[in-house]
Amino acid sequence: MKEKETAIILSQREIAPQIYNMWIETYLAEQAKAGQFLCIYPKDKSTLLPRPISICEVREDRKALRIVYRVAGQGTREFAGYRRGDTIAVMGTLGNGFPVEDAVGKKVFLMGGGIGIPPILQLAKEIRGEKQILLGYRDAHTFLREDMEKHGSVYIATEDGSVGVRGNVMDAIAENGLEADLIYACGPMPMLRAIKAYAAEHRMRAYISLEERMACGVGACLGCVVKTKEVDHHSHVKNARICTDGPVFEADEVDI
Amino acid sequence: MNTQTTIAGITFKNPVMTASGTFGSGMEYSEFVDLNQLGAVVTKGVANVPWPGNPTPRVAEVYGGMLNAIGLQNPGIDVFMERDIPFLKQYDTRIIVNICGKTVEDYVEVVERLGEEPAVAMLEINVSCPNVKEGAIAFGQKADALFHITREVKKHARQPVIMKLSPNVTDITEMARAAEAAGADALSLINTITGMKIDIHKRKFVLANKTGGMSGPAIKPVAVRMVYQTAQAVQIPIIGMGGIATAEDAIEFILAGASAVSIGAMNFVNPYTTVEVVRGIEEYMRQYQVENLTDLIGAVQ
Repeated sequence: MKEKETAIILSQREIAPQIYNMWIETYLAEQAKAGQFLCIYPKDKSTLLPRPISICEVREDRKALRIVYRVAGQGTREFAGYRRGDTIAVMGTLGNGFPVEDAVGKKVFLMGGGIGIPPILQLAKEIRGEKQILLGYRDAHTFLREDMEKHGSVYIATEDGSVGVRGNVMDAIAENGLEADLIYACGPMPMLRAIKAYAAEHRMRAYISLEERMACGVGACLGCVVKTKEVDHHSHVKNARICTDGPVFEADEVDI
Repeated sequence: MNTQTTIAGITFKNPVMTASGTFGSGMEYSEFVDLNQLGAVVTKGVANVPWPGNPTPRVAEVYGGMLNAIGLQNPGIDVFMERDIPFLKQYDTRIIVNICGKTVEDYVEVVERLGEEPAVAMLEINVSCPNVKEGAIAFGQKADALFHITREVKKHARQPVIMKLSPNVTDITEMARAAEAAGADALSLINTITGMKIDIHKRKFVLANKTGGMSGPAIKPVAVRMVYQTAQAVQIPIIGMGGIATAEDAIEFILAGASAVSIGAMNFVNPYTTVEVVRGIEEYMRQYQVENLTDLIGAVQ
């Protein structure tokens, strides 16, 4: 059930340069799943469209959600200015989420790159399998690392080599000699393309979470599509809607 | 209090409709709003065959609005008839089907298929989408071409025909008169205004299509002006749209001469906009003791 409601901000802090951590109280938490996202609405009427932001964590009592986001423009800059007690309009919960049941009894890679890292936390909490968590950062600002370490073995890669392996998450797999049966990933497009190629080469399944500029967030506007191998069920043209058919897709089903 | 409005002999329970392309066929928004409360659902443009649409990015935010260049992605009339029409038939609301095409024959094919379906109350002909290169807007920017396609569609249509006009013309009234002269039963306006956005950091166009159609509250004054001018120029009824966010906005359009209004981009901002506008119009009518909504149409002095 999708709904738009007014959430209350419980806390907010900057956890890395331009990366903010916010807990919001919302009943949408009751139904939230790893890999789903929220549409968050700026109050400034000059910025009309909602910002799609992934769910980082669901509080144990399912009454609050955590989001971790990067200030990328006017809307997220406004969000970063909010304080405890402020309210914010959110719609959710949106998207399909990661199919966590596939991981039962398997050895899995949970891979996050940059601002694609946050949804990996709730995923790591929900997955029942042997978890190897690979996180790619620009530099030593390894946000969410401690949270992740509670849920699996964490391997870090940084672009500047300041922490962990120098390079990206693919380099971290190679350097640490890691293997898995299944991949779950969220991150920038070059990373997802590399994972798609890796999964194809190793004949394994990979679930990747995609991002695109969105307007409605509910599948009506057809703004956020991705090319698919098979005919999509909505428009029958091999263009699936990331907001509703995704954001999580099997890597070999999408043309990225 | 009577909120009914009549267009080309079809009566609508209230004047609030959905702007084509912003509401799908109602499925997605039926989770948020009771479609029974709407005057009509105007569906996303449908062609004779599936259209894949444009590359992404297809949408961009601009000050007080948005640009889109979806390129009329749609499943084609076969899927639409099998899936979307039966879905909408469950509701007590009028169904208006928006039709797109690349040639006159494409439009006529869809018009004829829809003629078999009595649940479709009206047809809206999209000759004004700025985002597809062939056909479409070419029909909507030249009066003689608009006259021609309107006449051809009218020859084959079993339902009343609404011609949806583009604002990207020198004189909207010239287009309106051409459509009326060719037999259009109603007009809807405005479609989006062609715009562009450039990412100054990447020095690239934000939209893959370079240009897109602008919608949202920022275009409302342009739309109100065009509805007013058109209402002065033709006798046929007008469905007004362009940036409507509130009941107050909707009433502006009605006072300017619109017999009905459509909610477009604001569905994306507030999925409850349509029903809130319905309620707000009723409140306005109570406040000013307006007995019939029709008394407000063109009542600006």
